[in-house]
Amino acid sequence: MPDGLFIFFAALTLGAALLLVLSRNAVTSAMGMILALVGVAADFFLLDAYFLGVLQVLVYAGAVMVLFLFIIMLLDTEDPQGAYPWKTAALGLAVFFLLAASVVWLFHWSGAVSTAQAGATPAELSTNPAEFVTAAKAFGRLLYSKYLLPLEIAGFLLLVALVGVVSLSKDNPENRA
Amino acid sequence: MENTALAHHLLLAGLLFVLGLTGVLVRRNLLVVYMCLELMLAAATLALVAFSRFNRTMDGAVLVFFVITVAAAEVAVGLALIVALFRQRGTVRSDALTTLRD
Repeated sequence: MPDGLFIFFAALTLGAALLLVLSRNAVTSAMGMILALVGVAADFFLLDAYFLGVLQVLVYAGAVMVLFLFIIMLLDTEDPQGAYPWKTAALGLAVFFLLAASVVWLFHWSGAVSTAQAGATPAELSTNPAEFVTAAKAFGRLLYSKYLLPLEIAGFLLLVALVGVVSLSKDNPENRA
Repeated sequence: MENTALAHHLLLAGLLFVLGLTGVLVRRNLLVVYMCLELMLAAATLALVAFSRFNRTMDGAVLVFFVITVAAAEVAVGLALIVALFRQRGTVRSDALTTLRD
């Protein structure tokens, strides 16, 4: 039986994600998204990945969602009211229930996660830096040794994105409709 | 303290991913579709962290670090594209953007 905190945050995450998918108002959707991301961050904490949880809240729920809200309010897009077209609603419900049922089947009954593993709780945390440890230091050690090249590529990617966004958002009068 | 099994974390990640996928298929507002895409990404990172924790290796967690970095860059570029699209067409509804289909 999963512990109470996990159930609480899982319910929060799924409820907020539902709000994101179903809400007519884009701002309400964004609020649902923030809540869902905070729920995911809480699950990171439950998995002892404290550094990633903090990062998730700071970068995702903080910076990225502020950007989203800013653009939503800048563009001021309102959805037309009224019911979803039945085709869309049927497609959505069919996809959701089919895939959700297969996910539940896969992780509960199929044996893909063997019962020994499925019932097991994670092993005690070690202090061996080569294994999973909670300290942010472990990230630093790996990032600057084993993952040095990916780290540099990620930094370069951020630079490219920066330049790309500036050039994309320059107002080019020739492109105006 | 933690006595939640791997399967429960994977179940949460899977359901979150399915919700995001449904949103991508159903919603017509490009901004909301984009948020649903991000939700799918977050679900994948959740599964990665769970596997990483239960296998007692750091590599999955480091991969999540990179996913968060790339997602931040990707959101910035994607939103700039959506703003550029809105400037040209005056709408961000995907059913109004059918130039390639017509």
